[in-house]
Amino acid sequence: MIESILRILALTRKELLAVLKDPRGRLTLFVPPIFQCLIYGYVASYDLNDVPFAVLDRDHSAASRDLIARLDGSRNFHRQAGLFRNQDATRWIDDRRVLLVISIDQDFERRLMLGQSAEIQLLADGRNSNTAGTAAGYVSAIIAEFNAAWRAAHGLAGMPVQVSLRAWFNPNLETRWHMIPSLIGTLTLLQTLLLTAMSVAREREEGTLDQLLVSPFRPIEVMAGKALPSVLIGIVQATNILLVAQLWFRIPFEGSYLTLYTGLTVFLLSAVGVGLLVSAISATMQQAMLYSFLVMMPFALLSGLATPISSMPETLQQFTRLNPLRYAIEIAERVYLEGAGLKLLAPDLWPLAGIALGTLLLASWMFRHRVA
Amino acid sequence: MSTAASPPVLEGRSVSKGYRLPTGEAIQALDAVSVEVPRGTLTALVGPDGAGKTTLIRLSAGLISVDSGTLSVLGENVARHPERVQERLGYMPQRFGLYEDLTVGENLDLYADMHGVTAAERSARYPRLLGMTALEPFTRRLAGQLSGGMKQKLGLACTLVRSPELLLLDEPTVGVDPLSRRDLWAIITQLVREQGLTVLVSTSYLNEAERCDRSIVLREGKLLAQGPPTEVSELALGRVFLVQPPAGQSARSLQARLIDDPGIVDAVPEGGQVRVVTPGESGKDLAAGIALRGLEVAAAEPMFEDGFMTLLRSTPGEGLAAAGSMTLERPHHALREDVVVSVRELVRRFGSFVAVDRVSFEVRSGEIFGLLGPNGAGKTTTFRMLCGLLPASSGTLRVAGMDLRKARASARQRIGYVAQKFSLYGQLSVSENLEFFASAYGLHRRRRRERIAWALEEFELERMIRLPSGQLPGGYRQRLAMAIALLHEPEILFLDEPTSGADPLARREFWRRITALAEQGVTIIVTTHFMVEAEYCDRVAIMDAGRVLAQGTPAEVRGWTGAEPGHALTMEDAFIRIVESARGQATSRSEHAGGAA
Repeated sequence: MIESILRILALTRKELLAVLKDPRGRLTLFVPPIFQCLIYGYVASYDLNDVPFAVLDRDHSAASRDLIARLDGSRNFHRQAGLFRNQDATRWIDDRRVLLVISIDQDFERRLMLGQSAEIQLLADGRNSNTAGTAAGYVSAIIAEFNAAWRAAHGLAGMPVQVSLRAWFNPNLETRWHMIPSLIGTLTLLQTLLLTAMSVAREREEGTLDQLLVSPFRPIEVMAGKALPSVLIGIVQATNILLVAQLWFRIPFEGSYLTLYTGLTVFLLSAVGVGLLVSAISATMQQAMLYSFLVMMPFALLSGLATPISSMPETLQQFTRLNPLRYAIEIAERVYLEGAGLKLLAPDLWPLAGIALGTLLLASWMFRHRVA
Repeated sequence: MSTAASPPVLEGRSVSKGYRLPTGEAIQALDAVSVEVPRGTLTALVGPDGAGKTTLIRLSAGLISVDSGTLSVLGENVARHPERVQERLGYMPQRFGLYEDLTVGENLDLYADMHGVTAAERSARYPRLLGMTALEPFTRRLAGQLSGGMKQKLGLACTLVRSPELLLLDEPTVGVDPLSRRDLWAIITQLVREQGLTVLVSTSYLNEAERCDRSIVLREGKLLAQGPPTEVSELALGRVFLVQPPAGQSARSLQARLIDDPGIVDAVPEGGQVRVVTPGESGKDLAAGIALRGLEVAAAEPMFEDGFMTLLRSTPGEGLAAAGSMTLERPHHALREDVVVSVRELVRRFGSFVAVDRVSFEVRSGEIFGLLGPNGAGKTTTFRMLCGLLPASSGTLRVAGMDLRKARASARQRIGYVAQKFSLYGQLSVSENLEFFASAYGLHRRRRRERIAWALEEFELERMIRLPSGQLPGGYRQRLAMAIALLHEPEILFLDEPTSGADPLARREFWRRITALAEQGVTIIVTTHFMVEAEYCDRVAIMDAGRVLAQGTPAEVRGWTGAEPGHALTMEDAFIRIVESARGQATSRSEHAGGAA
């Protein structure tokens, strides 16, 4: 038993040495996740800022000016022009000079004064439906504010129902707050999977695996010695992303580090399990790389990182249950933003542990029946 | 043959070329070498590893350029007009770029297209090329499915699709079985004799130089000799003897003693005797006289290899590593009669292909057992099954009384394994590799330090200790692989093609170590395609196409085909006869079967 542990430790040490000895190796392991994290943090955001818009104001009244001033005052909008004709509105949208045109009829103030409802026409560029929808939502919110202010100023009764939104865990509803904690799992998954799959494939390709298997190493020890360094490296990568989230993006960490790292370790074990499975079916390093990217794609898409799982078709929702990344994102987000404890996370931790155990057992079975 | 009047096809004046290794170490691959290759001759380029053979060939092909000196090929300065020279020469590198997923015919077409050979020229040349290389029946076979020898022949045919004036061949026969080697040489000789082609061929098989018109001997970038090969052989004239081992002593142990003797230039086992080269002519040399005192000695004709060794040993600083001191801390004292490896009716199939076909043999304790055969004969497959790396399709095998595939991990503690391909961690340094494998074999603390110190000393690796093992020179890689296989002092050592690609000196050194280990009771199983190395073995089995064709002591195998009296058959001759007769039977059998169907 002790001999066995010593052998596993020797292999772990050798693996770490092989990856970390070369300065380039260290660079490629630890720098890209930090960069990817920065890029995601800045680029992958559904929040809109400085939406270019134009106004076709036919009323030129105090009321219409007040409404436009509210739009100008929002940091979400940036007024490009005041237009005079309907055709101009069409042209400006066609040319992509503006995303929205707000058209105010000439009887806007009059109707309001009469206590009637006045209409505003909103033309949006639907070529990107997401952006158009979000921008239209912002406009509605501003108009709602305008309505409320108007009623108050003119002594009318308040709106029957006032919606007051308070977003928990992410008070300003910033995409970044959702995105960065999710990256802890997403970015380490690819690297851990690839590292594990490649390290076994490299030994197979270079013949060193034979040299290991004629020594007292048991196949299971070889696998453990491959899994351990990958998990360690994955944890360091996750820590780097965690540091970027807190020190650079200043997203406050609500939970316990112990809980987060427990969840991460279980997740990394399942990532290593998938990596070992990939290595068991690939004969060369090239195949290992290809298969790794092949499994990575569905993992990322079915994880809830970019699109909510609840809006996926029912069958695909079932598939997400087999996806370790789904649970990792859930755990990271809940620990990070909610401060959830282990008890609350049990519904995510158990399936994750099951995936880890399943993949590792299957990989060790395949490994023994393929190589040994 | 060459006419004295015509200028040489290749002429180098004080050619120098240096490289810088990734480690920063500068290597002088060629150092002020002046050579010439006369028109219409077959010239051999010989020398140990790192002599500069490949560098000279690549310079001549205009692939790299000289640092200093001038090199003119076909009347052009290669450095200045490489493309003009390349149009007129054929170059076959060590690993010829065949497309393994294309057929033989498609490969030929591809090279013909690349060189703009017209359809008319093709229809004239193809039948000749295919006939000469005997590839005619295989034009539709994928190149990847050809044997090693056939691949080399196809490579040669592709090089010859347009008629070059000069042919440069870089070790075309390395790793090729004796039969295919013989065929390749027949083709090359025919090209020179009948078509007046000029050929420069590098080789590490020294006896191949004897077939050439001229030889160029290089060592560590310096020219040692140039001229007809007989000039080199004659360096050993009157100094070559065949020594009969005294009764009760094996040729191998006599050879081991003689090669360690400073009074002897060279000693190799040959046909049950020991071939010895002395520094001076017989009787005039005191030291050699003492070494050979009391032995039955007969003068022999010098061969190229004898002259070559005389040349190498006369340059200062050249000696074998002190391999004689190779001592194990725990010699194994098993009885000689104990069977430690036994293989019965072993079969391994890959799909419908039978790689190993009902192989049976036994190896006794302390024996050196050689598995001989061409590439693809099934040696490595047999080895992998013995080491537990591959399951057998059927049959039984026992190593130290166990099937290693099913035995407990600790059983593997008793074997050492050196793979054919260098299979240590290339990025890790020599000492990191040693430390890792010491841990793998359960050596810790003091024991580990002692064993690593032993390995570094025995294999003279101290100088290289920090170097990544992937950057070691070839000979040192081999030593490191051996050192690691011996760290845990195994009882049984498996060596797969350990001397492939090694030069004559490295091979002598290697065998000196192996015989020393065998003396101490280590059982050694070794595969090789160098037939002369069979002489070092106690017993050998000759394999071809997955089957054992003959087995026994080297003397028995040599006598297998019935040598004519008075004419000693070399191991290589015996091998060719055995394989040819077996292949002949196989074809006639399949013809009978075909006729019956």
